[in-house]
Amino acid sequence: MNSTDSKIMVGRLIDNISNYFQDKTVNIMEVCGTHTHVIGKSGLRQLLPENIRLVSGPGCPVCVTHDWEIDAYLGLAKTKDIIITTFGDLMRVPGSNGSLIQARQEGAEVEVVYSPLEALSIAQANPLKEVVFLGVGFETTSPGVAISIIKAKQNKIDNFSVFPMHKVVVPALEALLIDPEIKIDGFILPGHVSTIIGCEPYEFISVVHGKSGVITGFEPIDILQGISMILEQINRGVSEIEIQYLSGVVPKGNSSAREAVNRVFKPESAWWRGLGYLPESGLGVREAYSSYDAKAKFGVNIIKKELSHNNSICACGDIIKGKKTPDQCMLFRSACTPSSPVGPCMVSSEGTCAAYYYYEAYREDVYE
Amino acid sequence: MCLAVPLKILSVDGDMAEAGIKTTRVRISIALTPGIGIGDWVLVHAGFAIHSIEEKQALETLELLEELDEFNRQQDNGGPSHR
Ligand code: SF4
Repeated sequence: MNSTDSKIMVGRLIDNISNYFQDKTVNIMEVCGTHTHVIGKSGLRQLLPENIRLVSGPGCPVCVTHDWEIDAYLGLAKTKDIIITTFGDLMRVPGSNGSLIQARQEGAEVEVVYSPLEALSIAQANPLKEVVFLGVGFETTSPGVAISIIKAKQNKIDNFSVFPMHKVVVPALEALLIDPEIKIDGFILPGHVSTIIGCEPYEFISVVHGKSGVITGFEPIDILQGISMILEQINRGVSEIEIQYLSGVVPKGNSSAREAVNRVFKPESAWWRGLGYLPESGLGVREAYSSYDAKAKFGVNIIKKELSHNNSICACGDIIKGKKTPDQCMLFRSACTPSSPVGPCMVSSEGTCAAYYYYEAYREDVYE
Repeated sequence: MCLAVPLKILSVDGDMAEAGIKTTRVRISIALTPGIGIGDWVLVHAGFAIHSIEEKQALETLELLEELDEFNRQQDNGGPSHR
């Protein structure tokens, strides 16, 4: 589609969206951080009619990683002869006592990798050190991490392990749907998580809760189409799970990826920033692969401690649930900026606070 | 939350492959996409192909990614993002 076609299409979609429910507010949550980013960058929030509200959800993996988990891996980073390997966006996330960047400045060995397989190569190249990969991410990321563990076992790379902090999206959506303070009429569901899990795990959204969900692609046009499809469902009085992102998702998902995850990981309760302790919302390492579980290998315990002053003011927890927007946090743009972030929602390029900082004008109309 | 980049498979070696666009070449795993071969386009996330896609859609997606990439560079995140 060329840019003139795109503009005509955007105009049509916005006209279409504007025709729905002029007298009624519709709250639509974009679950995925990449969607939040694209919505911010393209100014979609401002283009939509006032009654159609886009609320950002819990889909930035760095943002939902709990303070206690952050402190636990930061503690591990300070251990002699351990090389921490991580995706870049975790580097600046502040714990109660510094970040990985600071730990590295103080002598910790921390390497940024593009893939968990790169972490595995670092382990092979450093047989006298222990290499720990920080496993953060949703269903899109965990299959590759599972394959890395399988490969480590096959090739007897015993100085490799994963610090498992992976999260599963569906229990978080369930937690939001049963929270009486959160009112969502429909979900823009994440594209690439759905590449792996397909449609079926989302069925409860429509069947049990009577809400709409559309698995949506990442172009602004895709997102507008996703919104249109949700409004169309509400208008017809139906609730279904539909796929807008047909090029990236098939209804049954990617079974090879799910098999890899099931082989290595098992569902486990997990701590989420903002959402708390949710059953079966994380992935623990199965017994057969326990020697690749950094938590077990190094006896790391998650310590539940009080947060520091600024960390306790940080509203990331409520922002992840769509209860607040960044401008309702007193630290936003003052004590908390992308160059000096207080919370993970400002660190990650997918975080709602970063998206608002860069793209959104100051807004009075907040989610109620 | 979990961005995947379209790349074209250039050569295959067991469950690993070389994939690329323009002058970029990366080694990726194709363990999660059985049946993928040379010339196919795949969505790649954190070094793993997760889905095969049509070339036309791959090229459209790349335009969007270039824009997001530019943003990430501005942010100086200390390294690549995994999404
Ligand atoms: S602006 Fe900063 S302190 Fe406030 S919620 Fe966002 S990340 Fe937390």
